[in-house]
Amino acid sequence: MFEDEPVPGYPLPIRPGHTSPGRFERLLRAGAFAITAELAPPDSADPEDVYKRARVFEGYVDAINATDGSGANCHMSSLAVCALLTRIGHAPVMQISCRDRNRIAIQGDILGGAAMGVCNILCLTGDGVQAGDHPQAKPVFDLDSPALLKIARTLRDEHHFQSGRKISYAPRVFLGAAENPMVPPLALRALRLAKKVEAGAQFIQTQYCYDMERLREFMRSVEDLGLLDKVFLLIGVGPLRSAKTAEWMRKNVPGMHVPDALIKRLAGAADQVREGRNYCIELIQELRTIKGVAGVHVMAYRQEELAAQIIEHSGALAGRVPWRPAADIPDLTHRNAS
Amino acid sequence: MYAVRLWSVRHARGLARFYQGFEALLVKLAPLWRKLGYQRLERPFAFMERRVKGLLFDCQMCGRCVLSSTGMSCPMNCPKQLRNGPCGGVRTNGNCEVKPEMRCVWVEAFTGAERVRGGLEAIRVVQEPVDRRLVGSSAWLRVAREKNPEPVKTVEPRK
Repeated sequence: MFEDEPVPGYPLPIRPGHTSPGRFERLLRAGAFAITAELAPPDSADPEDVYKRARVFEGYVDAINATDGSGANCHMSSLAVCALLTRIGHAPVMQISCRDRNRIAIQGDILGGAAMGVCNILCLTGDGVQAGDHPQAKPVFDLDSPALLKIARTLRDEHHFQSGRKISYAPRVFLGAAENPMVPPLALRALRLAKKVEAGAQFIQTQYCYDMERLREFMRSVEDLGLLDKVFLLIGVGPLRSAKTAEWMRKNVPGMHVPDALIKRLAGAADQVREGRNYCIELIQELRTIKGVAGVHVMAYRQEELAAQIIEHSGALAGRVPWRPAADIPDLTHRNAS
Repeated sequence: MYAVRLWSVRHARGLARFYQGFEALLVKLAPLWRKLGYQRLERPFAFMERRVKGLLFDCQMCGRCVLSSTGMSCPMNCPKQLRNGPCGGVRTNGNCEVKPEMRCVWVEAFTGAERVRGGLEAIRVVQEPVDRRLVGSSAWLRVAREKNPEPVKTVEPRK
């Protein structure tokens, strides 16, 4: 798929119909079941902390999401994490939230990210500031995610800012958005997805989906709206550490839906961590059979080391080994999964 | 007021119909507004609008009213001021992530849109971000001005 890669980790030639020189878009358009994972940016100014966190995913994921103050908590910026990751050839997904910056700052970051080699951007609304460690902060929300998508697409395709001022070199990016098929208004979530696709979304990464019944319903609506060949859907999954964690997350994490049956199953298990991991593996296997699911987005919050195991055991890679830095070095000491 | 706001969504159909007539009148009278001067009318109009829409919808005077596209539920009451649909944080009971005691304005908007004729088509239109310079100004006058602009005087082409 990447036989025309000039130097490992360098931008690929853009094929007709593609919008970015990245591996992630190439992979999805080739029809592979793609895997992305979420990297929690460190509370640190040490680049090694970023590389350490990325290392657990190497060889298992196709793109790494760098969150932008997720849960309204303060961390290293998404732009900086992405810039560090592209230095060693990773394909990051730069998350941009509308909570902290206005349109002037955001458009600057899109150009800056693209200049640093970012090929994928995820346009988010963002959690409210009340959810995080700085509830006293000013929520910005100058834009919302469809408006942000539209602005990013304008920069890329029409080569100008929202103001109309021209830019001399367009950011060549693959644009994504989020959706949460698990929360109300359920019947209208697909409609909202349609709006995001119309605004420019080319891929979607969803929130955690633990309720397969709800998800199937959602996918049917998406299909009915004729969106399946317009957008790639990556479904959010992740291991739950215990019944207690699941309870806590359900109560405190915005947009988190955990069915009672799952909590019961975890509570009844002797080894809850293992049970949570197994459930996640089963989810991925089931997701692979659902029409229109283009991949999974693994969010193993605070259990990132489990992500590799989960991906390996789920068989989602189907024998494929995703690109990794130093792929030419045969013995990789950090490959200790399974 | 929150209770009145919910009432307005329940009566979205009637309110939407009333507004249609009201807007047609506003637009029709544009020549009169022009004569009186838009600038002079701005303050009394904005005052009236703030009173009326403030009572009915908890209007925030964003200056670019989209109530007709949102089932008469004002999206500026969303703590994130989302103008294109609900965020992913809506609670299981349909309430807001940020203000747990408040119904999500977008859950309301969809119930309102179902009541208004053509509401479900209108709610699907992607709304532009707010022009923050317009905050506090009259959306009514703006509609009249934009939908019934001053006729451009045609200049005789030089021979």
